[in-house]
Amino acid sequence: MIKSRPWLPTPVLSLLLLVVWLLLTRSIAPGQILLGSFLAIMIPLLTHRFWDSRPRINKPGLLLRFILRLLGDIIIANFEVAYLIINPFRKMRPHFIEYPLMLEDRFTITLLASTISLTPGTVSANLRLDGKSLLIHALDVGDPDALVAQIRQRYEQPLKEIYEC
Amino acid sequence: MLSVALPITLAFVILALLMNLYRLAAGPRLPDRVLALDTMYVNSIALIVILGLWLDSKTYFESALLIAMLGFISTVAVCKYILRGDIIE
Amino acid sequence: MNMLVEIVASLLLVAGGIFAFIGSLGMAHLKDFYMRLHGPTKATTLGIGCMLMASMLYFWHRHGVPDIQEMLITLFLFITAPVSAHLLAKTGLHMQLQRADKTRGEPLELRQEEVGDKPVPHPEKGHG
Repeated sequence: MIKSRPWLPTPVLSLLLLVVWLLLTRSIAPGQILLGSFLAIMIPLLTHRFWDSRPRINKPGLLLRFILRLLGDIIIANFEVAYLIINPFRKMRPHFIEYPLMLEDRFTITLLASTISLTPGTVSANLRLDGKSLLIHALDVGDPDALVAQIRQRYEQPLKEIYEC
Repeated sequence: MLSVALPITLAFVILALLMNLYRLAAGPRLPDRVLALDTMYVNSIALIVILGLWLDSKTYFESALLIAMLGFISTVAVCKYILRGDIIE
Repeated sequence: MNMLVEIVASLLLVAGGIFAFIGSLGMAHLKDFYMRLHGPTKATTLGIGCMLMASMLYFWHRHGVPDIQEMLITLFLFITAPVSAHLLAKTGLHMQLQRADKTRGEPLELRQEEVGDKPVPHPEKGHG
């Protein structure tokens, strides 16, 4: 998808790069602004043709809520995993689960796989693009179907609504 | 308060690093060792944070950023090498 | 105010240390590779996040200006941890590492009869 792009293909990303540059150097001297702007324009220009096309965010409000919920879940997940590790009388029930994917876009699948890795007792292990499924290793699970349903309802559904609808 | 918390945290991080070292030496297969190295990178960032709080200076934090990037990239490179026998295809 | 900031920073710092320790403990003593992967991915990442938050809080209070550097490190770690975990799990599957006996579920990648004695190098050709 090589179209004739303007000299500023991604204005938001360029602005973000400039801001991060200024915060990293911790100065707003004119020279730094100039150098930062140069980098912010040149880096996307030189690299944007290596990127996968990224879907548009349809519902920013939902995305924000998703991120907040994810942060909460990460903290709960850590307490669960910590309890599993330090409790000497625990009975772990590790399980490999195949998760049939509903999402289709690569970028969204990446987001879902990262989400799964960061949340309760699950690590995404392998992505099969042909079979459209994700292999998940779970640390302690009683009912695999319930876990699949939970992931679908809690993470995949919002992601689909945010990006693919 | 902070002068009490810092040694406690330091002790925990050192114990964590020792366990990583154990896994690095003992790990039965290659991925175990790669995992141990990756965790060591992350724990060494913790050491730098503690050092920064101890010395009350942020001089070393840029090296922490560098360690984070290098750790990630080296883990990815080693994994790709094991998976495909090549790093850049 | 000063006291409060110090108490919160200390608590965050110790909590981060404990989480980092638990992550490494999990890595040291769990039974098989796939279970060991869970500790560093979650507990250690959150531990470092807590410590960096404590440091940010402390220096913010000390110098009066918030600084983004710790935030950048935290964000970077939280983005990269699942990616490296995924790659490591893939590597483990590729090398056909042993599972603990009680693990249920039969992933395609670990089945002996289908793979034969030579592991399939590219189970998902066309990706990457």
